[in-house]
Amino acid sequence: MIWSPAAGSIALLTTGGWGSAMLVGLARSLTIALGAFGLGLLIGIAGALGKLSGGAVTRQALDLYTTIVRSVPELVLILVVYFAGADLINGVLTALGQAKIDFNGAIAGIVVLGVVQGAYSTEVIRGAILSVPRGQIEAAQAYGMSSWLALRRITLPAMLPFALPGLSNLWLIAMKDTALLAVLGFGELTQVTRQAAGTTKAYFTFFFAAGCMYLLATMISNLLSRRLEARATRGTAHV
Amino acid sequence: MEMLHADGIRKTFGNLEVLRGVSLTANKGDVISLIGGSGSGKSTFLRCLNCLEHPTGGEIRVDGEAIAFKPDGHGNREPVSKAQMRRIRARLAMVFQSFNLWNHMTLLENVIEAPVHVLGVDRKQAVDEGLRLLERVGLYDKRDVYPAFLSGGQQQRGAIARALAVQPLAMLFDEPTSALDPELVGEVLRVIRELAEEGRTMILVTHEMSFARDVSNQVLFLHGGLVEEAGPPAEVFGNPKSERLARFLGSFH
Ligand SMILES: Nc1ncnc2c1ncn2[C@@H]1O[C@H](COP(=O)(O)OP(=O)(O)OP(=O)(O)O)[C@@H](O)[C@H]1O
Ligand SMILES: [Mg+2]
Repeated sequence: MIWSPAAGSIALLTTGGWGSAMLVGLARSLTIALGAFGLGLLIGIAGALGKLSGGAVTRQALDLYTTIVRSVPELVLILVVYFAGADLINGVLTALGQAKIDFNGAIAGIVVLGVVQGAYSTEVIRGAILSVPRGQIEAAQAYGMSSWLALRRITLPAMLPFALPGLSNLWLIAMKDTALLAVLGFGELTQVTRQAAGTTKAYFTFFFAAGCMYLLATMISNLLSRRLEARATRGTAHV
Repeated sequence: MEMLHADGIRKTFGNLEVLRGVSLTANKGDVISLIGGSGSGKSTFLRCLNCLEHPTGGEIRVDGEAIAFKPDGHGNREPVSKAQMRRIRARLAMVFQSFNLWNHMTLLENVIEAPVHVLGVDRKQAVDEGLRLLERVGLYDKRDVYPAFLSGGQQQRGAIARALAVQPLAMLFDEPTSALDPELVGEVLRVIRELAEEGRTMILVTHEMSFARDVSNQVLFLHGGLVEEAGPPAEVFGNPKSERLARFLGSFH
């Protein structure tokens, strides 16, 4: 009777709405991860440029930011950023005579994780920019490009092959880190799974299913990032 | 007609005085070679001409327009207007010793990059012109190839096409063949010679003495940040006045 627990599990997932609730949770997790990764990327580009060519104060502030984020456990950081950030923004809003905002939306999750991702992105992108041969950027200057144009047309695309492995990794971390948001109740996959498991007492079934979903998402990501890497390294001789 | 004029260019790096007043006037069609020992300041001077280095003193005039400088607060100077500097730079096409083609772009993309994104040329027109230039340097069939897949000589010819694409007022070459394997030097010099013959204005830093003698109409010998001797190639090479130049030339035999 090996098939009966399996059949039971599938029944649990397909009836009673828990399966579809988990899919909604997964979608929410992916949305938050994608947003956080994107925000982290923006912070990372700005942070890397600040570290490489900013003034002394900028550089020290950025060093502080990346050091703190990389040394404090992520869960603690998420709680700190979330509660401190919410207090800060609501404080400002109150001072401005505006109504307070409820921070349980996806946006809050994106901001909280994005700030964490940004620190790691900063380091990845900084290293990648340093790997771009100096002459590439010098040629951009010699042909009259402004700093902004040179950044957009030369530096960023030229550093991409060096940054992609690190960035793919960060994307996987972003996806897994959304699970940490369960403690705050964002309705993402892990939280939904916990509810489903707690209600039905079928812990193994639901957590196993959630694990499979994370795994599947990772595998698809790997496929995509490999394609992206192949594209970005077109100009690199593989010899 | 004067295309490029540099007057009393000085440049210091910290305490190191690399250029101590170097002047040069390039009229249309002039090919001026800069020769001199390692560390004499040739590259630094060339880089001052298009403001890749900001000269500590002296004046630069391109096509009659002087680049305005102001103190930068660190004992050096910087251009008053970055926009002016960029506009002038874009027309002084530089060819580097290590080619410096953009690795993430195909050869054709390299060639049309500055025309399209800096000079605002219509893309289709830039492509037509770019293909014509690649044809001219013998790289038409390599137009869609990335630089890393080309030989050094091909990369340098591609870099020359990139330089020609901005319709430069003057071209600046910094030892364009020094990074090449000996058997690839010829193909690049051939292209440069053709450009000289068609009346391009060029400033050429080189260690290829016989080539400099052939193509230039003026030679400057730099030593210790000063022009030690200057004149037509026949005189500079055939009848060096300074002891040092004679010794320098002797070292090539
Ligand atoms: N950015 C810089 N900072 C400090 N010193 C520099 C810098 N650039 C050049 N120098 C110094 O200036 C001097 C002249 O250098 P430059 O590169 O102009 O010489 P060169 O004549 O081109 O020599 P070579 O034939 O070796 O290329 C050298 O002593 C060099 O070390
Ligand atoms: Mg040099």
